Amino acid sequence: MRSLLSRARRKSSRPQGASGYSALSLFRHGLFGEQWPRAWSTHELAASYDVVIVGGGVHGLATAYHLAADHGIRNVAVLEKSYIGSGASGRNTAIIRSNYLTGEGVDFYQRSLELYEHLAAKLNFNVMFEQRGHLTLAHNDSSLRTMFWRAEVNKIRGVESEVIDPAAVKKLVPYMDVSANARYPILGALYHPPGGIIRHDAVVWGYARGADALGVQIHQNTEVLSVHARDGKVDGVVTTKGPIAAPVVINCTAGWSSRIAAMAGVELPILTFPLQAAVTEPVQFFLDPVVVSGTLHVYVNQTTRGELVFGASVDPYPSYSTRGSLEFTEELAGHVLQLMPSLAQLRVLRQWAGICDMTPDFSPIIGATPVDGFYVDVGWGTYGFKAGPVAGEAMAALIATGRTPEIIEPFALSRFDDGRLVGEKGAASVGH
Amino acid sequence: MLRIPCIHCGPRNAAEFTYLGEERSRPDPNATRPQEWRRYLYMQSNPAGWTTERWFHRDGCRRFFVMERHTVSDEIRAVRRPSAQLRLDPDGAAGAGETDPEGRP
Repeated sequence: MRSLLSRARRKSSRPQGASGYSALSLFRHGLFGEQWPRAWSTHELAASYDVVIVGGGVHGLATAYHLAADHGIRNVAVLEKSYIGSGASGRNTAIIRSNYLTGEGVDFYQRSLELYEHLAAKLNFNVMFEQRGHLTLAHNDSSLRTMFWRAEVNKIRGVESEVIDPAAVKKLVPYMDVSANARYPILGALYHPPGGIIRHDAVVWGYARGADALGVQIHQNTEVLSVHARDGKVDGVVTTKGPIAAPVVINCTAGWSSRIAAMAGVELPILTFPLQAAVTEPVQFFLDPVVVSGTLHVYVNQTTRGELVFGASVDPYPSYSTRGSLEFTEELAGHVLQLMPSLAQLRVLRQWAGICDMTPDFSPIIGATPVDGFYVDVGWGTYGFKAGPVAGEAMAALIATGRTPEIIEPFALSRFDDGRLVGEKGAASVGH
Repeated sequence: MLRIPCIHCGPRNAAEFTYLGEERSRPDPNATRPQEWRRYLYMQSNPAGWTTERWFHRDGCRRFFVMERHTVSDEIRAVRRPSAQLRLDPDGAAGAGETDPEGRP
């Protein structure tokens, strides 16, 4: 009886509304040609909410989901100026890993990786997380030293991570040129087996569906024009669809986070840079792990469809423009061919850019601000997507309890006043 | 790709240049408090619009100049030589000295 009851309770905490996805429902829909219900609903904008989240990407939607699922705070609006996942959440290269350099960073991203591992079951949405392993190549002594450093920090924190030699690299990636004659010979690599890739759109949609089923309202095409604060306390926002009163406003934007914060009178140590990526035509599967080279400023992975996804470091000067450049493709192609010369015949299908909020220490800014009720989950640079679940979980706990969870304490905005930076450049500047 | 009109060499590809940051005044390191110094180090105005910034023509004349650029459209409006007053502000006052419109130091 007790087990039945607890099972029933567990069932009720699952997303309701949209029917659960399962092999059986797929079969039934296929058989009878039924329409699938919409994964999330649309609403009229209400005059007030308990919590307003600015930004409908993975961070905003994960925060909304955890507010509703973990803390029962359901009167929440997620405001997105375009469609959900249209910003950085849909433009990143979808790499998940936790082999960072600082203890704070490793603990934080490791929690996120654990949440990603169970996300599909939790959200009843296939996010296609493939833990194929993650290789960071070292082409010189100093990067090899950093790899050993990272491996040791990782191991102490319980993260699977080790330095392997070129022969082991060749075994994992047979197409890699590991000869000593290469322009940048490979001396070794940091191997992180739990790392991998995920379908980033599915993560956004899964969180949106889960949050919607729990009562969160998602408002697309709703841009925030200003944030209202009175006597050092936030009291609402004005959007293109009208004003909203709210005692709590969370800035979960990427690219535009310093502009949204400025609306509330909060200054952030952020510079916005475009980050470009490109994808090739699909080919037969040949590349299992994600391959990263900091020296060559490139990372490569092969999607489930067979396309190769390439990324690099941010553009050399700040900009809000999402225009691609020929220089980028040229340099990228050159570097990829130095690693895998046999790809020379592959054609690039398209390239794009997303805009990234870079902080001075390559770590994010999460938590309260000098304006009461105005919270930030920003400064995600080029590493935000992999942190979505943990940032959402921790931010929701902060809003619900008023206490900053230990896992995000090192990333407070006040660290720039106190001089307590969390230097992650060695593991975050190109390492994806 | 951005073409940058170097004040000495004329329009050249942005790949030849190094971006050095927003043009702003530096507090006197001997007189400033740690908080003020950190503010100078870390805080950025990061506007989505016109900004004044310092560039270095690394692969060209190897000289410094100041340029106004729109960070959304990447349009470039004015280019001038850096003003000496902007480099060090002995009084520690914000905003620094007047800039010579002709770009003479």
